[in-house]
Amino acid sequence: MLKKKYDVIVIGAGPAGLAAAIEAKKTGAQDVLVIERAQELGGILQQCIHNGFGLQTFKKDLTGPTYAQRFIDELAGLHVDTLLDAMALNVTSERHVYVTSQSSGFVELDTRALVLAMGCRERTRAQIALPGTRPAGVYTAGTAQRFVNIEGFMPGKCFVILGSGDIGMIMARRLTFEGAKVERVLEIMPFLTGLTRNYVQCLLDYDIPLQLHHTVKRIIGNDRVEAIESVQIDEHRQPMPGTEETIPCDTLLLSVGLIPENELSRKAGVALDPVTGGPFVDEEMQTSVPGIFAAGNVVHVYDLVDWVTQAGLLCGRNAAQYAITARKHDGRRVRMKAGENVRYVIPHILDKESLAESAQLLQMRVTLPIEAPVWVEVMNGEERVTRKAELYVRPGEMVNIDLPQSAYDAVQRASELSVRVVRR
Amino acid sequence: MTQEQKKLICITCPRGCALVVTVEGETVIKTEGNSCKRGVDYATGELKDPRRMVTTTVRVKGGVHPLAPVYTESPIPKPRIFDLLAEVRKIELTAPVKFGDVVIENVLGTGINVLASRNIPAKSETS
Ligand SMILES: Cc1cc2nc3c(=O)[nH]c(=O)nc-3n(C[C@H](O)[C@H](O)[C@H](O)COP(=O)(O)OP(=O)(O)OC[C@H]3O[C@@H](n4cnc5c(N)ncnc54)[C@H](O)[C@@H]3O)c2cc1C
Ligand code: SF4
Repeated sequence: MLKKKYDVIVIGAGPAGLAAAIEAKKTGAQDVLVIERAQELGGILQQCIHNGFGLQTFKKDLTGPTYAQRFIDELAGLHVDTLLDAMALNVTSERHVYVTSQSSGFVELDTRALVLAMGCRERTRAQIALPGTRPAGVYTAGTAQRFVNIEGFMPGKCFVILGSGDIGMIMARRLTFEGAKVERVLEIMPFLTGLTRNYVQCLLDYDIPLQLHHTVKRIIGNDRVEAIESVQIDEHRQPMPGTEETIPCDTLLLSVGLIPENELSRKAGVALDPVTGGPFVDEEMQTSVPGIFAAGNVVHVYDLVDWVTQAGLLCGRNAAQYAITARKHDGRRVRMKAGENVRYVIPHILDKESLAESAQLLQMRVTLPIEAPVWVEVMNGEERVTRKAELYVRPGEMVNIDLPQSAYDAVQRASELSVRVVRR
Repeated sequence: MTQEQKKLICITCPRGCALVVTVEGETVIKTEGNSCKRGVDYATGELKDPRRMVTTTVRVKGGVHPLAPVYTESPIPKPRIFDLLAEVRKIELTAPVKFGDVVIENVLGTGINVLASRNIPAKSETS
């Protein structure tokens, strides 16, 4: 059963989201919910079946799914709610979350603190502007990784991989294991963009040729990729005429970079850094919107999952603390509403305890002028808390009224106060 | 006997140190370029008996996914990798699969087990 309001809601159940939820719960947040688009927890780690994860966190060389499993098991023991097969569609700056899911349909939830942990997505063909025909057989490396490692089908038999990032190199080995031929890995830069160890154990070990300073000039094929034309690149990133080579293949994989996934952050009004593509964050991993935190690849693209987990833990701890503080204030605050002939009231929200210290000044403007004696009345529903006489009111002149300390008891009973201006 | 220098890249950790190993026949005389002592172990092992961790998938019947990821408990001899993959391909598990389940015991007589990397619940279960 979903609750209407949570202490902490986490969007995304990759290593960042799992760590944040676990730590939020351990820090003392009461209700924690993890919302995940996929049908299971773990995020991208579930398709990263190779080893190399967790050397720092666990001092062990784990596979991606094993690394994830440890956190999934820990989460299971902590009474954290999970909503799987669920897509967070929108988030407001007030931390109102709109979610649609198989199990619960469309729901709106509120949370005292929100953690954004949506990870990143891969750059696609459109983002790198590859010329040529648009046949079948062009995939991002991550999509192919999902097909081969989770869904169990091979996207082709003979591959060229563009980009020497880790995902591309790891896929080169993986496809070789599954009986495919990887003709070439092309890298536009003059250096390897992934880890050297992956060059050794994924390419060198299986004699897969890597060409630096090379890229795909165009894709050949009508219904299906038949070949790609590669070309060498000079120091100014210009293709060198005469260096073209036609490499027959039926599939091209793109491993050309990751971008933080920040559609939701944008909707919530979170300020983004144009350099990282992720939210601006402070040392607590809080974004520019109070109560909204972010961790993992949604902030910047990490190369080691251990650091993602660290960021998730930090974020979860601070989100929980924020929620605990907010919870203390929950019953203590009254909303100030504009009643009859009042346009707005400042402050919007009043701490009930503030009256124990001193009277509180309320300021407002009226909607319409009244050139006759009026009452300015502060109401709790039908109960009048205080009032003040004015000889006239005009929109151009601000109206002030003190909420006296004697109103303390009346205010304690209220969850909302309204101010109205009526004829005497 | 004449000394020879071999170039290797240590793959023990992501740092990937470039090693220069001086050998005399089968014996390692000296290792340079390593940032920690695991580099020496790597060089010795890589020249005598190169091994790799192998991760792949095995078919699963009745699971939430048609495959379960598996890994070798410790690195296996490099020349046997494709034999191992062939062995794994022969197998089909039945869900539920539990994390750490032994999928193949003592694979190819290496004394090394192939283990499941994660849980694969049966289709109706949740986990
Ligand atoms: C294809 C690919 C392969 C990678 N391979 C490796 C690797 O081999 N080794 C390595 O160290 N790192 C790898 N990385 C980097 C890896 O992503 C990070 O190490 C780590 O997994 C990031 O964790 P995260 O929790 O930030 O994001 P993720 O693991 O990506 O988790 C984000 C989660 O948020 C969910 N989500 C997103 N939007 C919504 C929404 N609106 N509503 C609900 N849920 C949502 C997603 O479904 C996903 O489960 C890879 C990344 C990608 C994209
Ligand atoms: S020598 Fe040490 S630091 Fe260098 S790659 Fe090997 S294990 Fe890592």
